[in-house]
Amino acid sequence: MTGTAPVTTTFEEVLGLGDDALIAAQRLSEWCARAPEMEEDIALANIALDQLGAARLLLTYAGELEGAGRDEDALAYLRDDREFRNVLLVELPNGDFAVTMAKLLFLAACQVHRYRALAEGPDERLAGIAAKAVKECTYHLEHAALWTVRLGDGTEESHARMQRAVDEIWPYTHELCEPVVDPDPRPPFGLAAPGHAGAARSDAATAASGDGAVRPTRADPQLRAAWLATVEPVLAEATLTIPPDGAYLPRGGRQGLHTEHLSYLLAEMQVLHRAHPGARW
Amino acid sequence: MTAPQESRTAPGRTDDAAAAASWPLWEVFVRPRRGLAHVHVGSLHAADAATALHHARDLYTRRQEGVSIWVVPSAQITASSPDEKDAFFDPAADKIYRHPTFYQVPEGVPHL
Repeated sequence: MTGTAPVTTTFEEVLGLGDDALIAAQRLSEWCARAPEMEEDIALANIALDQLGAARLLLTYAGELEGAGRDEDALAYLRDDREFRNVLLVELPNGDFAVTMAKLLFLAACQVHRYRALAEGPDERLAGIAAKAVKECTYHLEHAALWTVRLGDGTEESHARMQRAVDEIWPYTHELCEPVVDPDPRPPFGLAAPGHAGAARSDAATAASGDGAVRPTRADPQLRAAWLATVEPVLAEATLTIPPDGAYLPRGGRQGLHTEHLSYLLAEMQVLHRAHPGARW
Repeated sequence: MTAPQESRTAPGRTDDAAAAASWPLWEVFVRPRRGLAHVHVGSLHAADAATALHHARDLYTRRQEGVSIWVVPSAQITASSPDEKDAFFDPAADKIYRHPTFYQVPEGVPHL
Protein backbone atom coordinates (compact mmCIF):
# COMPACT_ATOMS: atom_id res chain seq x y z
CA MET A 1 0.00 0.00 0.00
CA THR A 2 2.97 2.31 -0.41
CA GLY A 3 1.52 4.50 -3.09
CA THR A 4 1.81 1.82 -5.75
CA ALA A 5 -1.92 1.22 -6.20
CA PRO A 6 -3.50 3.97 -8.25
CA VAL A 7 -6.11 6.05 -6.46
CA THR A 8 -9.32 5.84 -8.43
CA THR A 9 -11.70 7.46 -5.97
CA THR A 10 -14.40 9.41 -7.75
CA PHE A 11 -16.37 12.50 -6.83
CA GLU A 12 -19.64 10.55 -7.01
CA GLU A 13 -18.44 7.87 -4.60
CA VAL A 14 -17.29 10.28 -1.90
CA LEU A 15 -20.35 12.47 -2.44
CA GLY A 16 -22.65 9.48 -1.85
CA LEU A 17 -20.90 8.60 1.39
CA GLY A 18 -20.91 12.23 2.50
CA ASP A 19 -24.59 12.75 1.69
CA ASP A 20 -25.56 9.61 3.64
CA ALA A 21 -23.80 10.99 6.70
CA LEU A 22 -25.08 14.56 6.23
CA ILE A 23 -28.74 13.66 5.82
CA ALA A 24 -28.56 11.12 8.66
CA ALA A 25 -27.07 13.83 10.88
CA GLN A 26 -29.78 16.34 9.99
CA ARG A 27 -32.55 13.81 10.65
CA LEU A 28 -31.09 12.69 13.97
CA SER A 29 -30.66 16.26 15.13
CA GLU A 30 -34.45 16.62 15.00
CA TRP A 31 -34.51 14.60 18.23
CA CYS A 32 -32.55 17.33 19.97
CA ALA A 33 -34.56 18.45 23.05
CA ARG A 34 -37.29 15.93 22.11
CA ALA A 35 -35.77 12.59 23.05
CA PRO A 36 -37.59 10.49 25.66
CA GLU A 37 -34.84 11.03 28.21
CA MET A 38 -32.21 13.68 28.86
CA GLU A 39 -29.49 11.02 28.64
CA GLU A 40 -30.83 9.75 25.32
CA ASP A 41 -31.14 13.29 24.01
CA ILE A 42 -27.42 13.79 24.48
CA ALA A 43 -26.59 10.39 23.02
CA LEU A 44 -28.55 11.10 19.83
CA ALA A 45 -27.05 14.58 19.52
CA ASN A 46 -23.59 13.03 19.91
CA ILE A 47 -24.31 10.54 17.16
CA ALA A 48 -25.70 13.26 14.89
CA LEU A 49 -22.55 15.32 15.44
CA ASP A 50 -20.34 12.32 14.66
CA GLN A 51 -22.19 11.83 11.38
CA LEU A 52 -21.92 15.54 10.62
CA GLY A 53 -18.19 15.44 11.31
CA ALA A 54 -17.73 12.60 8.84
CA ALA A 55 -19.96 14.39 6.33
CA ARG A 56 -17.83 17.53 6.51
CA LEU A 57 -14.61 15.64 5.83
CA LEU A 58 -16.17 13.64 3.01
CA LEU A 59 -17.85 16.59 1.31
CA THR A 60 -14.67 18.66 1.52
CA TYR A 61 -12.79 15.81 -0.13
CA ALA A 62 -15.56 15.35 -2.71
CA GLY A 63 -15.32 19.04 -3.59
CA GLU A 64 -11.59 18.70 -4.14
CA LEU A 65 -12.03 15.61 -6.33
CA GLU A 66 -14.61 17.46 -8.41
CA GLY A 67 -12.21 20.34 -8.87
CA ALA A 68 -14.96 22.86 -9.55
CA GLY A 69 -14.22 24.99 -6.51
CA ARG A 70 -17.11 23.76 -4.39
CA ASP A 71 -16.36 23.43 -0.68
CA GLU A 72 -18.33 21.55 1.99
CA ASP A 73 -20.78 24.44 2.42
CA ALA A 74 -21.45 24.76 -1.29
CA LEU A 75 -22.16 21.03 -1.49
CA ALA A 76 -24.30 20.88 1.65
CA TYR A 77 -26.27 24.09 1.28
CA LEU A 78 -26.41 24.96 -2.38
CA ARG A 79 -27.59 21.76 -4.01
CA ASP A 80 -31.22 20.84 -4.65
CA ASP A 81 -32.72 17.46 -3.84
CA ARG A 82 -32.06 16.00 -7.29
CA GLU A 83 -28.36 16.63 -6.77
CA PHE A 84 -28.19 14.73 -3.49
CA ARG A 85 -26.83 11.18 -3.66
CA ASN A 86 -27.83 9.76 -0.28
CA VAL A 87 -29.78 6.52 0.03
CA LEU A 88 -33.51 6.85 0.73
CA LEU A 89 -33.21 5.24 4.15
CA VAL A 90 -31.47 8.21 5.76
CA GLU A 91 -34.01 10.78 4.54
CA LEU A 92 -37.07 8.87 5.80
CA PRO A 93 -38.83 10.61 8.69
CA ASN A 94 -37.80 9.68 12.22
CA GLY A 95 -41.17 8.14 13.03
CA ASP A 96 -41.35 6.95 16.61
CA PHE A 97 -38.26 6.10 18.61
CA ALA A 98 -38.34 2.51 17.31
CA VAL A 99 -38.19 3.67 13.68
CA THR A 100 -35.27 5.96 14.49
CA MET A 101 -33.43 3.08 16.13
CA ALA A 102 -34.16 0.70 13.24
CA LYS A 103 -32.82 3.27 10.78
CA LEU A 104 -29.72 3.87 12.87
CA LEU A 105 -29.09 0.15 13.36
CA PHE A 106 -29.27 -0.56 9.64
CA LEU A 107 -27.27 2.51 8.63
CA ALA A 108 -24.51 2.10 11.19
CA ALA A 109 -24.15 -1.61 10.39
CA CYS A 110 -23.57 -0.70 6.75
CA GLN A 111 -21.27 2.23 7.48
CA VAL A 112 -19.10 0.11 9.77
CA HIS A 113 -18.40 -2.40 6.99
CA ARG A 114 -18.02 0.23 4.32
CA TYR A 115 -15.66 2.44 6.32
CA ARG A 116 -13.67 -0.56 7.51
CA ALA A 117 -12.98 -1.55 3.92
CA LEU A 118 -12.14 2.02 2.92
CA ALA A 119 -9.78 2.40 5.88
CA GLU A 120 -7.62 -0.30 4.28
CA GLY A 121 -8.00 1.03 0.76
CA PRO A 122 -5.39 2.63 -1.47
CA ASP A 123 -6.75 6.19 -1.10
CA GLU A 124 -4.92 7.49 1.95
CA ARG A 125 -7.13 10.54 2.35
CA LEU A 126 -10.28 8.47 2.30
CA ALA A 127 -8.66 5.81 4.50
CA GLY A 128 -7.94 8.44 7.13
CA ILE A 129 -11.52 9.69 7.15
CA ALA A 130 -12.85 6.13 7.25
CA ALA A 131 -10.54 5.05 10.06
CA LYS A 132 -11.89 7.85 12.22
CA ALA A 133 -15.50 7.24 11.23
CA VAL A 134 -15.43 3.49 11.75
CA LYS A 135 -14.82 3.91 15.49
CA GLU A 136 -17.73 6.32 15.75
CA CYS A 137 -20.07 4.14 13.72
CA THR A 138 -19.19 1.12 15.83
CA TYR A 139 -20.52 3.07 18.78
CA HIS A 140 -23.64 4.15 16.85
CA LEU A 141 -24.24 0.51 16.02
CA GLU A 142 -23.88 -0.50 19.64
CA HIS A 143 -26.27 2.21 20.73
CA ALA A 144 -28.93 1.26 18.21
CA ALA A 145 -28.47 -2.45 18.93
CA LEU A 146 -28.85 -1.83 22.63
CA TRP A 147 -32.20 -0.11 22.13
CA THR A 148 -33.40 -2.54 19.48
CA VAL A 149 -32.87 -5.43 21.90
CA ARG A 150 -34.53 -3.62 24.79
CA LEU A 151 -37.54 -2.52 22.79
CA GLY A 152 -37.89 -5.77 20.86
CA ASP A 153 -37.51 -7.92 23.95
CA GLY A 154 -39.40 -5.47 26.15
CA THR A 155 -43.10 -5.03 26.66
CA GLU A 156 -45.83 -6.13 24.29
CA GLU A 157 -46.20 -2.54 23.09
CA SER A 158 -42.47 -1.93 22.57
CA HIS A 159 -42.08 -5.27 20.78
CA ALA A 160 -44.96 -4.46 18.42
CA ARG A 161 -43.56 -1.01 17.64
CA MET A 162 -40.01 -2.29 17.09
CA GLN A 163 -41.26 -5.04 14.79
CA ARG A 164 -43.36 -2.52 12.86
CA ALA A 165 -40.29 -0.29 12.51
CA VAL A 166 -38.12 -3.14 11.20
CA ASP A 167 -40.85 -4.17 8.74
CA GLU A 168 -41.19 -0.59 7.52
CA ILE A 169 -37.48 0.13 7.05
CA TRP A 170 -36.31 -3.29 5.82
CA PRO A 171 -37.14 -2.76 2.10
CA TYR A 172 -34.84 0.29 2.06
CA THR A 173 -31.86 -1.72 3.26
CA HIS A 174 -31.28 -3.23 -0.18
CA GLU A 175 -30.43 0.16 -1.64
CA LEU A 176 -28.34 0.83 1.46
CA CYS A 177 -26.12 -2.15 0.62
CA GLU A 178 -25.74 -1.32 -3.07
CA PRO A 179 -22.39 -0.04 -4.32
CA VAL A 180 -22.27 3.73 -3.83
CA VAL A 181 -21.73 4.15 -7.53
CA ASP A 182 -23.86 1.61 -9.33
CA PRO A 183 -21.92 0.08 -12.20
CA ASP A 184 -25.22 -0.96 -13.76
CA PRO A 185 -27.11 2.05 -15.12
CA ARG A 186 -30.51 0.41 -15.48
CA PRO A 187 -33.68 2.31 -14.55
CA PRO A 188 -33.54 3.05 -10.85
CA PHE A 189 -36.94 2.10 -9.49
CA GLY A 190 -37.26 -1.25 -7.86
CA LEU A 191 -40.31 -2.94 -9.32
CA ALA A 192 -38.18 -4.50 -12.01
CA ALA A 193 -39.78 -6.44 -14.80
CA PRO A 194 -39.82 -10.21 -14.29
CA GLY A 195 -36.93 -11.89 -16.01
CA HIS A 196 -34.97 -8.67 -16.20
CA ALA A 197 -32.82 -9.52 -13.23
CA GLY A 198 -31.79 -12.99 -14.32
CA ALA A 199 -30.74 -11.70 -17.70
CA ALA A 200 -28.59 -8.84 -16.54
CA ARG A 201 -27.16 -10.00 -13.23
CA SER A 202 -25.21 -12.95 -11.98
CA ASP A 203 -26.87 -15.40 -9.61
CA ALA A 204 -24.96 -13.90 -6.75
CA ALA A 205 -26.79 -10.63 -7.14
CA THR A 206 -30.22 -12.15 -7.09
CA ALA A 207 -31.88 -14.01 -4.30
CA ALA A 208 -34.92 -16.17 -4.01
CA SER A 209 -37.70 -14.70 -1.94
CA GLY A 210 -40.02 -16.81 0.16
CA ASP A 211 -42.35 -17.64 -2.70
CA GLY A 212 -39.52 -18.83 -4.90
CA ALA A 213 -39.64 -15.85 -7.25
CA VAL A 214 -36.36 -14.20 -8.18
CA ARG A 215 -36.10 -10.69 -6.86
CA PRO A 216 -33.68 -8.27 -8.38
CA THR A 217 -31.74 -6.88 -5.48
CA ARG A 218 -28.81 -4.82 -6.61
CA ALA A 219 -27.11 -4.97 -3.24
CA ASP A 220 -23.41 -5.69 -3.29
CA PRO A 221 -23.50 -9.41 -2.33
CA GLN A 222 -20.40 -9.18 -0.16
CA LEU A 223 -21.55 -6.07 1.68
CA ARG A 224 -25.07 -7.44 2.06
CA ALA A 225 -23.73 -10.68 3.57
CA ALA A 226 -21.54 -8.79 6.03
CA TRP A 227 -24.40 -6.45 6.86
CA LEU A 228 -26.78 -9.34 7.48
CA ALA A 229 -24.20 -11.04 9.69
CA THR A 230 -24.15 -7.88 11.81
CA VAL A 231 -27.87 -7.15 11.87
CA GLU A 232 -29.38 -10.63 12.16
CA PRO A 233 -27.99 -11.52 15.61
CA VAL A 234 -29.28 -8.21 16.99
CA LEU A 235 -32.77 -8.82 15.64
CA ALA A 236 -32.67 -12.41 16.90
CA GLU A 237 -31.69 -11.28 20.38
CA ALA A 238 -34.48 -8.71 20.20
CA THR A 239 -36.95 -11.54 19.42
CA LEU A 240 -37.82 -9.75 16.18
CA THR A 241 -38.70 -11.41 12.90
CA ILE A 242 -36.82 -10.48 9.77
CA PRO A 243 -39.44 -9.60 7.17
CA PRO A 244 -39.40 -11.55 3.91
CA ASP A 245 -37.81 -9.71 1.00
CA GLY A 246 -40.68 -8.81 -1.26
CA ALA A 247 -40.90 -7.17 -4.63
CA TYR A 248 -40.87 -3.69 -3.09
CA LEU A 249 -37.28 -2.54 -3.27
CA PRO A 250 -37.35 1.25 -3.15
CA ARG A 251 -34.22 2.86 -4.53
CA GLY A 252 -33.13 5.85 -6.57
CA GLY A 253 -31.39 7.99 -3.97
CA ARG A 254 -27.98 7.46 -5.56
CA GLN A 255 -29.44 8.70 -8.85
CA GLY A 256 -30.98 11.78 -7.20
CA LEU A 257 -34.53 10.43 -7.25
CA HIS A 258 -35.67 10.92 -3.69
CA THR A 259 -38.77 10.61 -1.56
CA GLU A 260 -40.79 13.75 -0.94
CA HIS A 261 -39.31 13.91 2.55
CA LEU A 262 -35.89 15.09 1.39
CA SER A 263 -36.91 18.51 0.08
CA TYR A 264 -38.53 19.43 3.40
CA LEU A 265 -35.40 18.36 5.21
CA LEU A 266 -33.21 20.37 2.84
CA ALA A 267 -35.43 23.44 3.15
CA GLU A 268 -34.87 23.47 6.89
CA MET A 269 -31.17 22.66 6.62
CA GLN A 270 -30.38 25.14 3.86
CA VAL A 271 -32.63 28.12 4.59
CA LEU A 272 -30.14 30.02 6.71
CA HIS A 273 -27.25 29.67 4.31
CA ARG A 274 -29.41 30.56 1.32
CA ALA A 275 -30.92 33.59 3.04
CA HIS A 276 -27.57 34.79 4.39
CA PRO A 277 -24.84 33.42 2.11
CA GLY A 278 -21.60 32.88 3.97
CA ALA A 279 -23.18 33.41 7.40
CA ARG A 280 -20.88 32.38 10.23
CA TRP A 281 -21.41 31.71 13.92
CA MET B 1 -22.67 17.90 32.85
CA THR B 2 -20.28 17.69 35.76
CA ALA B 3 -22.73 18.14 38.60
CA PRO B 4 -25.08 15.21 39.19
CA GLN B 5 -28.10 17.49 39.25
CA GLU B 6 -27.51 18.66 35.71
CA SER B 7 -27.82 15.19 34.27
CA ARG B 8 -31.27 14.75 35.73
CA THR B 9 -34.49 15.68 34.07
CA ALA B 10 -34.90 19.29 33.07
CA PRO B 11 -37.50 21.23 35.00
CA GLY B 12 -40.93 21.63 33.53
CA ARG B 13 -40.95 18.32 31.66
CA THR B 14 -43.41 16.41 33.77
CA ASP B 15 -43.79 13.51 31.35
CA ASP B 16 -40.04 13.02 31.43
CA ALA B 17 -39.98 13.36 35.16
CA ALA B 18 -42.47 10.54 35.38
CA ALA B 19 -40.37 8.40 33.07
CA ALA B 20 -37.23 9.21 35.01
CA ALA B 21 -38.95 8.21 38.20
CA SER B 22 -39.31 4.69 36.86
CA TRP B 23 -35.68 4.49 35.81
CA PRO B 24 -33.19 3.95 38.62
CA LEU B 25 -30.35 6.32 39.37
CA TRP B 26 -26.74 5.26 38.76
CA GLU B 27 -23.55 6.73 40.16
CA VAL B 28 -20.76 7.14 37.66
CA PHE B 29 -17.05 6.70 38.39
CA VAL B 30 -14.42 7.55 35.81
CA ARG B 31 -10.75 6.63 35.85
CA PRO B 32 -8.90 9.55 34.29
CA ARG B 33 -5.92 7.45 33.24
CA ARG B 34 -4.09 4.27 34.05
CA GLY B 35 -2.61 4.20 37.51
CA LEU B 36 -5.21 6.51 39.02
CA ALA B 37 -8.30 5.43 40.92
CA HIS B 38 -11.86 5.77 39.63
CA VAL B 39 -13.35 9.07 40.79
CA HIS B 40 -17.01 9.84 41.27
CA VAL B 41 -18.11 12.27 38.59
CA GLY B 42 -21.89 12.35 38.86
CA SER B 43 -25.01 10.32 38.29
CA LEU B 44 -27.60 9.54 35.64
CA HIS B 45 -30.86 7.71 35.04
CA ALA B 46 -30.91 4.52 33.01
CA ALA B 47 -33.08 1.46 32.66
CA ASP B 48 -30.25 -1.03 33.22
CA ALA B 49 -26.52 -1.36 33.73
CA ALA B 50 -25.56 -1.56 30.05
CA THR B 51 -27.51 1.56 29.09
CA ALA B 52 -26.17 3.33 32.18
CA LEU B 53 -22.63 2.59 31.01
CA HIS B 54 -23.50 3.75 27.53
CA HIS B 55 -24.99 7.02 28.72
CA ALA B 56 -22.08 7.57 31.10
CA ARG B 57 -19.76 7.45 28.11
CA ASP B 58 -21.80 10.21 26.44
CA LEU B 59 -22.24 12.36 29.51
CA TYR B 60 -18.93 12.12 31.32
CA THR B 61 -16.20 11.21 28.84
CA ARG B 62 -16.94 13.61 26.01
CA ARG B 63 -13.60 15.32 26.28
CA GLN B 64 -11.35 12.33 26.79
CA GLU B 65 -11.78 12.46 30.55
CA GLY B 66 -11.33 8.76 31.05
CA VAL B 67 -10.05 5.35 30.11
CA SER B 68 -12.47 3.34 32.23
CA ILE B 69 -15.98 3.81 33.61
CA TRP B 70 -17.83 2.18 36.49
CA VAL B 71 -21.55 2.56 37.04
CA VAL B 72 -23.11 1.57 40.35
CA PRO B 73 -26.80 1.58 41.28
CA SER B 74 -27.20 4.51 43.65
CA ALA B 75 -29.45 2.36 45.80
CA GLN B 76 -26.54 -0.02 46.38
CA ILE B 77 -24.38 2.62 48.00
CA THR B 78 -24.40 2.76 51.78
CA ALA B 79 -23.37 6.25 52.77
CA SER B 80 -22.41 7.85 56.04
CA SER B 81 -25.03 10.18 57.39
CA PRO B 82 -24.43 13.92 57.84
CA ASP B 83 -26.01 13.54 61.29
CA GLU B 84 -23.19 11.24 62.33
CA LYS B 85 -20.50 13.64 61.16
CA ASP B 86 -19.29 14.48 64.65
CA ALA B 87 -18.96 10.91 65.74
CA PHE B 88 -17.44 9.81 62.46
CA PHE B 89 -14.91 12.45 61.63
CA ASP B 90 -14.25 14.89 64.46
CA PRO B 91 -12.30 12.51 66.69
CA ALA B 92 -9.59 12.40 64.05
CA ALA B 93 -8.98 16.12 64.35
CA ASP B 94 -6.83 16.09 67.51
CA LYS B 95 -4.92 12.89 66.88
CA ILE B 96 -1.91 14.49 65.38
CA TYR B 97 0.17 11.36 65.95
CA ARG B 98 -1.70 9.83 63.01
CA HIS B 99 0.15 12.14 60.66
CA PRO B 100 3.68 11.23 59.62
CA THR B 101 4.84 14.78 60.36
CA PHE B 102 4.29 14.08 64.07
CA TYR B 103 7.37 11.94 64.16
CA GLN B 104 10.88 13.33 64.19
CA VAL B 105 13.06 11.77 61.60
CA PRO B 106 16.38 10.82 63.11
CA GLU B 107 19.28 12.35 61.32
CA GLY B 108 21.33 10.12 59.12
CA VAL B 109 18.53 7.76 58.13
CA PRO B 110 18.68 7.42 54.37
CA HIS B 111 15.79 6.80 52.01
CA LEU B 112 13.08 8.05 54.34
